[in-house]
Amino acid sequence: MKFLKAFGQFWYDFIIGDDWKIAVAVVIALALLFAASTAGVFGDTGLTLLGGALVMVAFTISLAIDVRPKRR
Amino acid sequence: MDAATWGLIIATFVACFVEMVEATTIVMAMGFTRNWRSALIGTFAALGALAVLTLAAGYALANWLPESALQLAIGGLLLIFGLQWLRKAILRSSGRKAVHDEDAIYREEVEAAKAAGAAKKGVDMFAFMVSFKGVFLEGMEVVFIVLTFGLNANNIPAASFGAIAAVVIVLGIAIALRRPLSMINENLLKYGVGLLLASFGTYWAVEGIGIFRDGRESLNWPGHDLMILVLLAAWLLLSRIFIAALRRPAAAAPAAAGVPVEVKK
Repeated sequence: MKFLKAFGQFWYDFIIGDDWKIAVAVVIALALLFAASTAGVFGDTGLTLLGGALVMVAFTISLAIDVRPKRR
Repeated sequence: MDAATWGLIIATFVACFVEMVEATTIVMAMGFTRNWRSALIGTFAALGALAVLTLAAGYALANWLPESALQLAIGGLLLIFGLQWLRKAILRSSGRKAVHDEDAIYREEVEAAKAAGAAKKGVDMFAFMVSFKGVFLEGMEVVFIVLTFGLNANNIPAASFGAIAAVVIVLGIAIALRRPLSMINENLLKYGVGLLLASFGTYWAVEGIGIFRDGRESLNWPGHDLMILVLLAAWLLLSRIFIAALRRPAAAAPAAAGVPVEVKK
């Protein structure tokens, strides 16, 4: 059990790191891109450009949450 | 050798260089305060384990996953790594996060080594384990970067060459200087690697969404590989905007107490 916990902790630290919001931002951006691709509205060019924009917007939001003034 | 191969070698070289500087600090602390033989055995054992891991994972990923699945999985993870490095670089450059300091880490490791008691004859397990763990954990990220870049460019040897060259050069500098490599601007290097990982990660992860289409074909970026340069420019511009917007007055003129430093490995 202790080994499993340590094993899980290692992979969590390795992939998620010290800011889980980044991982969540990437997953949400790719999920939205997946939704757009299944809608069939865009071709490859539109989808890739949308994907790039979504990742940048998601990163911006995660960073904005990170640096927001903390309530006292 | 073409430009793409040079780009591959440079990317893995810089990423590995940064990680090796951190690992070398730990090994040097163990070597100088406890036992060089044990620290070096731990180092080479970790490098051996990392080489085996690279070969095994490289073979499995290259043979068992379709290309678009590979791009999505490793592109997504690369993107997460890259954005984490970029986030730290933005926060450090804007004065909102302490700067990484190899001297402070070295002092902390030396204190821990002294607190662990006298080194035993033969193999000192404390020096061995700390060196092994330090090199292995720092190296894991390099293994991942080598695999990601190498598989996507169909050139694992070139990616491995970049990483091995970094190991040799960092070890050479460390042996020549015999002190922590704090003169290297690690924060700037990490910023550069973060930009590279974010750009390549965005490119591959977005391409990999094609796994969900009929035929499982990757999405095609306009301009193909040239788009990586556009993404690099976009991430650089975005990060500079963030640094300018988030900069605190204290960062521009450090207080008398000096710039805060981070001792986290």
